[in-house]
Amino acid sequence: MSTITFDAVSHAFGERQVLRGIDLRLTEHRIGIVGANGSGKSTLVRMINGLVAPSSGTVSVDGLDVAKKAREVRRLVGFIFTNPDNQIVMPTVQEDIAFTLRRRGLSAEEITQRTTAALHRFGLAGHADHPAHLLSGGQKQLLALAAVLVADPKVLVADEPTTLLDARNARHIGDLLRSMSQQVIVVTHQFALLEGFDRVIVIEHGAVVADGVPEDSLDAYRALLA
Amino acid sequence: MIGLYSPGRSVVHRAPTLLKLVLLSVGVVVIGVLQQPWQLAVAALVVLTLFVIARIPPRAAVAQIAPILWMLVIVVPIQGLLAGWLVAGLMAGRLITAVALAALFTLTTTVTSVLEAFQRMLRPFGRWIDADRIGLLVALTIRCIPLVTEIVTEVLEARRARGTRGSVMALAVPVVVRSLYAADALGEALVARGLDD
Ligand SMILES: Nc1ncnc2c1ncn2[C@@H]1O[C@H](COP(=O)(O)OP(=O)(O)OP(=O)(O)O)[C@@H](O)[C@H]1O
Ligand SMILES: [Mg+2]
Repeated sequence: MSTITFDAVSHAFGERQVLRGIDLRLTEHRIGIVGANGSGKSTLVRMINGLVAPSSGTVSVDGLDVAKKAREVRRLVGFIFTNPDNQIVMPTVQEDIAFTLRRRGLSAEEITQRTTAALHRFGLAGHADHPAHLLSGGQKQLLALAAVLVADPKVLVADEPTTLLDARNARHIGDLLRSMSQQVIVVTHQFALLEGFDRVIVIEHGAVVADGVPEDSLDAYRALLA
Repeated sequence: MIGLYSPGRSVVHRAPTLLKLVLLSVGVVVIGVLQQPWQLAVAALVVLTLFVIARIPPRAAVAQIAPILWMLVIVVPIQGLLAGWLVAGLMAGRLITAVALAALFTLTTTVTSVLEAFQRMLRPFGRWIDADRIGLLVALTIRCIPLVTEIVTEVLEARRARGTRGSVMALAVPVVVRSLYAADALGEALVARGLDD
């Protein structure tokens, strides 16, 4: 597993203080992040691959400072957003997956081979040449996962990956996330997604208010919501 | 292209993309200058034969050409009355044949291969032009068509659901705003996928 560290990280958007003095060391295989709307979860995880640069403090992945080595870090960290529509770049399913592998210096054969493997792994083989924008929401999120994982990142960060999905597709994505050998960091409002996770962190008003095994953290979060 | 690719292994599919692009350009020009109905008939027959060789499902082919038929329903009678029915008929024939030929290209060519063709074509100019960047630009432009179509549809539906009609501005503003948000999110996803350089 990789080691992701937040060292005295604070962040403000203009006047608005969004994160306050976050110190974290993430080494577990499966880590969940929960918290109320606007508590700062997305801002926090976006920092892991440099989509947001902290106003103060440093974030690093395996010793690489994200602010200075963004390109290297992005090769280690894959990112899944809530809305798969915003992640699909190419017109067809297969092309979108292959697109990730461009500029990686791979041979055409290798690209085809890895793309085909990803298509099968995510149950999209039957849709290889279909227009990506005509897939169902669940299939689009599978495509987004396939397109990120085909590059073989060491860490996968997912910001509410199942929020737009029905219960069945949410469970399917959850099972996939659980079964992955990669380190997984998931932001969610759906507790069921965190079953079997090693650690859950609760964020409230930009600070960590609970951190530990899922049962304890989720109990603390429920108490907070009540 | 535009997600309309119809997979196949025919000669038309396998022909080099650059060759197809050249033939398409030449074909469209030739169709444009044909003056005799019989010449146009021959051109149409050639295009039709190519569709058969490529084994394009008739439904996919019709779907490509149908939109312009609507236009012709309006334009042909007008031109017929103003310039004569022969001219109107020729114009309609040329347009349908040329659009069909272009559709054949999009149905048998993936965007990836068009990108690669572009890159090969631009490689000699690599010092001045970043072919990869241009390729990405083309891909994103194509990707934006269904994205914006979807946004327009949703905005229209939302308007209908609320029972408002309003002006063009009332349609344009939410469409532009949402398109900008979508573009922003797409840009962020590109960065996250490590394709920003
Ligand atoms: N780009 C931005 N510019 C200004 N303010 C922002 C920006 N992004 C987020 N914010 C603000 O920062 C705060 C935290 O947002 P963030 O998206 O991190 O919350 P969140 O915990 O992910 O919430 P949610 O559960 O709703 O996704 C919110 O008040 C939000 O309005
Ligand atoms: Mg969020």
